[in-house]
Amino acid sequence: MAQGTYLRLLVFFLGPAVLIYSLFSIYPLLDTIFNAFYSRQSDGSYLWNGLGNFQTLLFDPTWSGPFWNALKNNFIFFLIHMCVQNPIGLLLAALLSLPRLRFRATYRTLIFMPTMLSVVVIGFAWQLILSPLWGVAKMFLGFFGLGFLFAPWLGVESSALITVSLISVWQFVGIPMILIYTALLAIPDELIDAATVDGLNQVQAFIWVKLPLIWPTIGLVSILTFVNNFNAFDLIYAMKGALAGPNFATDIMGTLFYRTFFGNQLQLGDPSMGSAIATMMLLIILIGVMAYLFLVQRRIQRYSF
Amino acid sequence: MRKPLSAFMVHAILGLYTLLALFPIVLVVMNSFKAKRAIFNTPLRPPLPSNFDPIGYARVFDDSSLAFYYLNSITVTVGTIFFTLLFGAMAAWALTEYKFRWNTLLALFLSIGIMVPIRLGSVAIIQLVAELNLINTLTALILVYTAQNLPLAIFILSEFIAQIPKDLREAARCDGLSEYNIFFHIILPLIRPAMATVAVFTMIPVWNDLWFPLLLAPAGGKQTITLGVQQFLGQYITDWNAVLAALSTAIVPVLLLYVIFSRQLIRGLTSGAVK
Repeated sequence: MAQGTYLRLLVFFLGPAVLIYSLFSIYPLLDTIFNAFYSRQSDGSYLWNGLGNFQTLLFDPTWSGPFWNALKNNFIFFLIHMCVQNPIGLLLAALLSLPRLRFRATYRTLIFMPTMLSVVVIGFAWQLILSPLWGVAKMFLGFFGLGFLFAPWLGVESSALITVSLISVWQFVGIPMILIYTALLAIPDELIDAATVDGLNQVQAFIWVKLPLIWPTIGLVSILTFVNNFNAFDLIYAMKGALAGPNFATDIMGTLFYRTFFGNQLQLGDPSMGSAIATMMLLIILIGVMAYLFLVQRRIQRYSF
Repeated sequence: MRKPLSAFMVHAILGLYTLLALFPIVLVVMNSFKAKRAIFNTPLRPPLPSNFDPIGYARVFDDSSLAFYYLNSITVTVGTIFFTLLFGAMAAWALTEYKFRWNTLLALFLSIGIMVPIRLGSVAIIQLVAELNLINTLTALILVYTAQNLPLAIFILSEFIAQIPKDLREAARCDGLSEYNIFFHIILPLIRPAMATVAVFTMIPVWNDLWFPLLLAPAGGKQTITLGVQQFLGQYITDWNAVLAALSTAIVPVLLLYVIFSRQLIRGLTSGAVK
């Protein structure tokens, strides 16, 4: 092929994707990092500020308080997903992949259903259910004689974050379930048959044969959870608004970023500080991804059947 | 073989969890058809002729903008899927088929977006969209979502194209087909199953997204249904009939589509996840 034709071919096939992706994804990411090193002056112009924005964010008491609070809440949010969502997903996947299970497709379809719905809808529906005004949650606990346990969990500082996290877990448990379920289905039956011939029961076969084989998938689920959690925003905004109340108890990095950039009742919007927070989020996510690539994925043996 | 897990236990656990997954959805849809008094007094009872009251729906459909918001969401989702699939498949083809100098580097560049969320570039995206005069347009959303979804699309489609036997393309070349014809008439029809998987991965997050509609098209009748419902809820927060009806109008069409396509959808999700 002539050199010119070849080049035209490449431009035709790669051009549109590379152009849209560079312009609306890579350029904005780089520009955000770039912006984080400038600061906005009162006349609207921007001045080079070096690491000043980051210094403000980490050490200036008016900024560092909300920042560390959001970061801490985000870690709690992530830990609840890791300790509740992923184990439940694993358990459901393990049960769904049992041989000769009846109604398998029905269970799978219905349990995955909340994952399909918009976070706005889910958030609001749970807000109604947990509302003391409607009293459904209280009535429900009352059936079991546990009515005294009820509290307006979403409105209390000590329980709001846990409640919001559990609602998110409830919605997204379908994702680890489906990913792990697929990995379990890929394990050949002969392996399990061999294990049972050797005298292992179902639970033992799962722990000693299947689980080691699906570690790569569990690693993948963990890093997906990490990236999604540190990028979360919608549910908190839909349920608690941009101020992430009560008293910032449910504030995470995404809501802090939104508030800083757009401004709200309490402060004016600040694109430079917003960029600095986005850059910190990018850094956290990159550290997580790197840790996954170097520590987890490299050590895991890949089995092929 | 010893069986510590009886079939009963397995069904009990799965059944209970299914109930937990369905309960909030059923509760909201059920109560949306009831009179206000019945919503509060007997929330767990299904709608009966004695307590039936569609006042909430009347209020939702009076606010005629919700119909337009549905149309906006459909336009954005379909547009995004179309461009993601077309441009994604084209790029995947070029990356797998042609061995040029910067091939590996370009593939790496395009895969950054799989792990790095595009949201973090929002400050610059808004400035860019404002400079292009695209604020409050659906075009802005389609462009941003296409950029967001291209990396995963290219990754999945490349794996698929690489599995197509080489002989097929060589035979087509011998028959004198141009490279463009080979791609559009031979490769594209062959990768249809993989395109279905990508369409599923693209569709759900785009339809449900709140962040970019809030930033790029928050007003001017260009809201998506997700944002529209959110704004409607904020407005009618004390009107329980209207709130429950609005939630149900957002839930039911998605659930119907889901139940119809769940088999293909789950197959798409599981086949995409194997790699």
